[in-house]
Amino acid sequence: MKHYIVRRLVQLIPILIGITLLSFGMMYLAGGDAVTAVLENQGVAVTQELIDAKRHELGLDQPFLVQYFNWLGGLITGDMGTSYVSGKDVFTTFTSKLPATILLTFTSVLATIVIAVPLGILAAVKQNRFTDYFIRVLSFVGNSLPNFFVALLLIFVFAINLGWLPVISANIGKTGIEAISGPGIILPTATLAIAMASKYTRQIRATVLDELDKPYVAGARARGVPEQRILTKSVLKSVMIMLVTLLALSIGDLLGGTAIVETIFQWDGVGKLAVDSITMRDYPMIQAYVVWMAIIYVAVNLIADLLYHYLDPRVRLGGEE
Amino acid sequence: MMATAKMSQRAPSRSSKSGEDGVTVREQKVKRDFTRVKLIVFAVLALLVLAVAVFAPVLCPYDPYIQNLSNALQPPSAEHLAGTDRYGRDLFSRIIMGSQSSIFSTLALVAMIAVIGTAIGVVCGWKTGKLDVVLMRTSDVFLAFPGLVFALAIAGVLGGGMMNAVLALAAISWPKYARIARGLTLAQKNEPYLAAARLAGCSTAQLIFRHILPNIAGPLLVTAMLDIGTMMMELAGLSFLGLGAQPPVAEWGSMMSDNRSLLQTAPWTIVSPGIAIFIAVMVFNLLGDTIRDFMDPQHRKTAPGGQGWLRKRKETPDGEVQELSGFHEQGKEREEE
Repeated sequence: MKHYIVRRLVQLIPILIGITLLSFGMMYLAGGDAVTAVLENQGVAVTQELIDAKRHELGLDQPFLVQYFNWLGGLITGDMGTSYVSGKDVFTTFTSKLPATILLTFTSVLATIVIAVPLGILAAVKQNRFTDYFIRVLSFVGNSLPNFFVALLLIFVFAINLGWLPVISANIGKTGIEAISGPGIILPTATLAIAMASKYTRQIRATVLDELDKPYVAGARARGVPEQRILTKSVLKSVMIMLVTLLALSIGDLLGGTAIVETIFQWDGVGKLAVDSITMRDYPMIQAYVVWMAIIYVAVNLIADLLYHYLDPRVRLGGEE
Repeated sequence: MMATAKMSQRAPSRSSKSGEDGVTVREQKVKRDFTRVKLIVFAVLALLVLAVAVFAPVLCPYDPYIQNLSNALQPPSAEHLAGTDRYGRDLFSRIIMGSQSSIFSTLALVAMIAVIGTAIGVVCGWKTGKLDVVLMRTSDVFLAFPGLVFALAIAGVLGGGMMNAVLALAAISWPKYARIARGLTLAQKNEPYLAAARLAGCSTAQLIFRHILPNIAGPLLVTAMLDIGTMMMELAGLSFLGLGAQPPVAEWGSMMSDNRSLLQTAPWTIVSPGIAIFIAVMVFNLLGDTIRDFMDPQHRKTAPGGQGWLRKRKETPDGEVQELSGFHEQGKEREEE
C-alpha cells in the first residue's frame, strides 16, 4: 500500500507540471489582449505607450519561463495577483467562493446516491418487467436533457408556478455561509442530481445484474439465504466499490457543470465566478479557476484511487505483486 | 464516459451470457433481429433530424430573422406553432434554422476529435517509444482538467463564436479517442495477419490504412456515435453561457439564454428550443446505444453468424479496458507495458 501511494504521488508530478503549464500558457497567449482588457476595464483610452507601460508593470514583457515560474511561485504561496476588474486579490476571491461550490457538489452527490442506488437495484431486481422499463426510460430521458433546460424547467414549475422555492438560490445581500443556507440549494442540487442519477442508475443496474449472475449468489440461494439478505450483504458491497470510481470521475463533470447551474441560480460559487470573469476578460481570475479546479480534480481522483485500492482486495493484491 | 466504458466492460449485461443459461439459438436470433429493427428505426430518425438541418431554409414557414414587433410574444398557435419571441420572430422557424448550427457544429466537432484522436492514438500505438510517452502524458494532462472547465477557459480566451466553442471542446475531447485507438493498435500489432501482410510486402502506410484502421474502426465509431448527444448538449451549454453562437444567429442554447427573463411571461420561448435539443440529443443517443448493442463484442460471442468485420476482429483485447479507464489507473497500465 505504501509503495502504491508513493508511486501515485510521483506520477502526479508531471501531471501537475502539465496542468500549470497549460493553464498559464493559455493566458500567456492571450497576453496583449489582457492588457487591453485591464485598461478598458479602468476606462482608460488605450494607446500603445500605455499598453507597453502596463505590460511592464504586470511583468508581461519578461520571457515566458520567467513569467511562468513567477506565477508558479505565486500559485504555491497563494499570491495569484489581483483581479483586472475588481482589483481584489484573486486567490482570496477564489477561496471565498469555493465553499459554496463544494457545498453544492456535496449535496448533489448525496442526492445522486439517494436516487440512483435504490432505483438501480430495483431495476435490476425487476429485470425486464414494467418497473425496470419505467426506470430505464426515466434514466434515458434524464440523460438526454441538458442541465440548463432542467434548471429552467425546475424554476418554472417549483419557483414560478408553485412558488415553493426561491428563483434565485443565494440569499442576496449576505455573504459567506449565510448567503448559501436555506431552501435555495434544493433546485440547483436537483438539477445536478437528475443528470448524474440518470447516468448512474443504468450503471448500478448493470453491476447488480452482473453480481446476481455470479455463482456465489446461486450458492446462497441454494442454501436458502433470503433474497433480501443477498442483496444487502453481498450485492450492495460491489455497488459501493463501483460508486467510488464513478463519483470520483463525475466530480469533474460536477465541477464543470456547476458553471452553468450556478449562473442560472445565481449561486455565488466558483462556477459563476468563472463565467463572470470570462465575460469581463478577467484573465488572472480565469487562470486561478482553471488551475485550481484541475488540482482539486486530480486530488479527488488520487483519493478515490487509494480508497478503491483499500476497498477492493482484488485491486490491492494485483497492485502489490 | 470513461467510467461508462470501464463499467460496462466489468459488468457485461446479462443477455451476453444468455448462451450459457440455456437460451436457444432461436431466441438469440429474435433478439438480434429486434436490435436490427431498432437500428433501422433510429437511423431513419437520425437521418430525419439531419434532413431538417440540411433543408432548414426551405422548411422554415417564416423568415427566422425578420422582426415584427406588433406580433411579439404570441403563444403557440396554428399560425405560429411554437409561438413568437420578443421581437415577433417565429420561434418554430428559428428552431428549424437553429438545427443547422447545433447539429452541423456537433457533427463537425465529433468528426474532428475522432479523426485527430485516432491519428494520434494510432501513431502512438504504432511507433511506441519516446513519442508515445510524450503524447500519452500530454493526453493525461488534458484528461486531468475536469469536464467543461478547460473548455470554458479556452472559449473565454478565444472569445465567443460557434467555431471557438467547437475548438474549445475539441481541445479537451481528443485524448479519449487517442487512448482507445492506441490500445487497439497495440493489440492489432501482434496479430499474425499483420505479420503476414508485412511479409507480403505491404508498406507502413498500407499496413496502417488498409489493415489496422479498418480493424479498429468499430469501437471508435461506437464511441463517436455515443459522443454526439453529449457534445451537442455541451455545445448548447457553451452557447447558453454566451460562449458559443452569438445572437442573432438562431441556435438552441443561445435562444434559451436570450429568453431566460421571459420564463414567467412567455415560457414557450424557452421550452420549445429546449424540447428541440432534447429530441435531437435523444435521437442520437438512441442510435448510439443501439449501434453499441449491435456491435458489442460480448453480445456477438453468443450470437452465431454475427456481423462480418466484427467477427474477423475477434475479441476486443483487454488492453482496451485499461485504456478506456483513463488516467485513473495509469499505474497498472504502465506495469503491464
